[in-house]
Amino acid sequence: MPDYVLNVNGTRLHVTAPAEETLLSVLRNRLELTGTKYGCGEGQCGACTVLLDGRATRSCLMPVSAAVSAKITTIEGLEQHGLLTPLQQAFLDEGAFQCGYCTSGMIMSATSLLRDAHNPTEEQIVEAMNGNVCRCGTYPRIVAAVQRAARLSAQGGRG
Amino acid sequence: MNSFDQTLLEPDSINTERPSPTPQLDRRGFLKVLGGGLLICLAPRSALSQESGRGGGGHELPKDLSAWLHIDADGKVKVFTGKVEVGQNIRTSLAQQVAEELRVPFDSITMVMGDTDLVPWDMGTFGSRTTPTMGPQLRTMAAAARQTLIEMAAERWHVDRAALTCDNCKVTDPATSRSLSYGELTRGEKLVKTVSGDQPLTPAAEWKVAGTAVPKAEGRDFVTGRHKYPSDIVHPGMMFGAALRPDGFNATLALIDTTGVEKFPGARVIHDGDFFGVVAPDAFTAQRAVAAIEARWTVPPQPSNDGLFEYLKSNPEPGGDSAPQYVSGSVADAMASADIKLEERYTVEYIAHAPLEPRAAVAEWSDGKLTVWTGTQRPFGVRDELMQAFHLSAAQVRVIQPDMGSGYGGKHSGEAAIEAARLAKVAGKPVKVVWTRQDEFTWAYLRPAGLIEIRAGVKQDGTLVAWEYHNYNSGPAAIDTPYNVPNQLIQFHPSKSPLRQGSYRGLASTANHFARESHMDALAHVAKIDPLEFRLRNLTDPRLRAVFQAAGEKFNWAQAKSTSFIGHGIAGGIDKGGYVATCAEVEIDPATKKVRIRRVVQAWECGAIINPDGLKNQLSGAIVQGIGGALFEKILFANGRILNPHFAQYRVPRFSDTPKIEVVLLDRKDLPSAGAGETGLVGLAPAVGNAIFAATGNRPRNMPMAPENS
Repeated sequence: MPDYVLNVNGTRLHVTAPAEETLLSVLRNRLELTGTKYGCGEGQCGACTVLLDGRATRSCLMPVSAAVSAKITTIEGLEQHGLLTPLQQAFLDEGAFQCGYCTSGMIMSATSLLRDAHNPTEEQIVEAMNGNVCRCGTYPRIVAAVQRAARLSAQGGRG
Repeated sequence: MNSFDQTLLEPDSINTERPSPTPQLDRRGFLKVLGGGLLICLAPRSALSQESGRGGGGHELPKDLSAWLHIDADGKVKVFTGKVEVGQNIRTSLAQQVAEELRVPFDSITMVMGDTDLVPWDMGTFGSRTTPTMGPQLRTMAAAARQTLIEMAAERWHVDRAALTCDNCKVTDPATSRSLSYGELTRGEKLVKTVSGDQPLTPAAEWKVAGTAVPKAEGRDFVTGRHKYPSDIVHPGMMFGAALRPDGFNATLALIDTTGVEKFPGARVIHDGDFFGVVAPDAFTAQRAVAAIEARWTVPPQPSNDGLFEYLKSNPEPGGDSAPQYVSGSVADAMASADIKLEERYTVEYIAHAPLEPRAAVAEWSDGKLTVWTGTQRPFGVRDELMQAFHLSAAQVRVIQPDMGSGYGGKHSGEAAIEAARLAKVAGKPVKVVWTRQDEFTWAYLRPAGLIEIRAGVKQDGTLVAWEYHNYNSGPAAIDTPYNVPNQLIQFHPSKSPLRQGSYRGLASTANHFARESHMDALAHVAKIDPLEFRLRNLTDPRLRAVFQAAGEKFNWAQAKSTSFIGHGIAGGIDKGGYVATCAEVEIDPATKKVRIRRVVQAWECGAIINPDGLKNQLSGAIVQGIGGALFEKILFANGRILNPHFAQYRVPRFSDTPKIEVVLLDRKDLPSAGAGETGLVGLAPAVGNAIFAATGNRPRNMPMAPENS
């Protein structure tokens, strides 16, 4: 099995894995970064969403070999020095979860969205997030959380 | 053929046999684990009280001596319950109720849940039973603890206990203003108090912590990825397992060649009776290795979606057909004299729970004891399954349930736990099994499909006079009608289901509400009476009337005029102590016939509200989840195979399906709190169906109602 060096959450991590093993499997099962979730393995539910160079990416569809040159950010990499990002704080403030299993993927997708659109409309949020499934049906609160995070960011700060 | 699996059914009929004894640590062992402080135990229950209130001799709470609550020397409180957190927010709502009765801050409480070695026996988390049974149970234990602490202080100060008060973790004597914290009172001693289940409880009108919108306990762990779900559990030296799946239901293995596994380093075939599986050092290898097994299966011919409902009607469960649930008067006579007669049939398809976290388990054998971390709504039920599978005693099996990625009634069973245990036993190491999405769609159980036939009669003035109702296979919950009908015959007919079926959030209630509330709407239309007015005219239950009126008011029902592409519908009902009324506005695309739900107003009442924010979240989520079964979710199957076992083929509700949702809560502090996890789902489908009819004049009678949307 080949060796890889991955840049995950600002740290270089060495991992040995088959080239075709998915990034999701490597993160969860070899690096014990279990905040990123398996939901379908087919890019249909968004639970596995991570950032590759800031862009939302389905880690269940990406072979680890394709991720070596990118800066990978997982849910574990958002909090800095005990401070949540505006999105993390907004999810808490809005109570935008029930079982919480989709939450990592939701926050990563929304992080990518807010990078491109600082003040997204509801339509933009729905369009950008429609690939993320919440089986508990918390969608209205998630939309509200993304909008709240946009406002928090505009006020310039972490939660 | 799989029939209704009794262990997977709703509590209406579940678990009437005696449970296996609980090896909950004895009090001495418990105190060793917990250290100093006060432990509150419940005395064994008498035969009389065990059997009261539940039919069939079943019971919900343990019969043996059980330990429920511990206050340590620092005033920190541990609460032990067999209920599990699956997203319905009971870790928070139960702790609120304990904090209330014990007069301690919410943050001082830790809920220990779903660990069969630590918590009292529990039948499981389903049927919206946590709030009506576990809530009062824990409040009682907390009230007993408070009384005990007051007694200790009274003894210490030589004063009358009636003069003392409790607040913020301490007992105070108002006469002298002296006070002692709970920790000071126990002085680090190991104290055990066994109490009876009879304590005066704080009325809801006086609640300060219960009844308020306390945020989700440990919420921060869910936005940082720190929370460990069952599928996240990691053990040192753990291997990963995967089970070989047959090619269809009821298949027999004809031929197997496992040599393909040999090319995967570290992978090993494990064979135990009919079970074949693989363990490997990593998950990816385990999946590839199991796929390298060549197996040929013989799958017998089996039913498909075609003709399903005729099949269900003509294949009764042997010995399952019972007398009608409700009979009064004479339907035949009343039909003969009715001015309006309407006879219809309604159907619901099999649907999947599709919890976002599939079944998962980590199993570890150590010194003859099996410990399994797994996602289940029935930790004690899974313990029983493991005891049976491996011929173990209750003391030899421990099931631990980390707060999991939802269930919706779909995780009553312990398949992944048994697979992991089987693999770990042979491998000699801890093994983790995580089902794939395809496994979950195929090998879990489904919400039953069902056929409902209704015949009803109404007088010209809108008075219901006859109601005959037959439900084939979807289940008996909420099969009765809340409307006044003097002549009724209502019957559930269990069928031999071609697919494995079991519990589901609002199981039969969804089907029964869809059929009944659609039919009521049709009767109102023929009688030329407004559908809300027609319902109220035939309804005396004040609680159901109140939610109908509240929903109608908020929705502005009186002014809502349907057009050929905008429709408005209303529906409501009662189940599991919850009262619901739902109004929906839908938009029909004239070209594609696609249905878009634009707005939903839902009024809800379930007695005294424990956490209004958690309740709104549950109800709004139930509405969204209900959209799937209402409009497009349907399991496709043929010859023992599920044909759409992927999210790409089985559509679930997404952001773009979500309407504007408004929830109206009626807080009845004078009434006991009922559960709210399920019944919030049942009004949506009939309200949407009635709205589609209002717009198009075509009445949808089959769920899902808008396959065009899939």
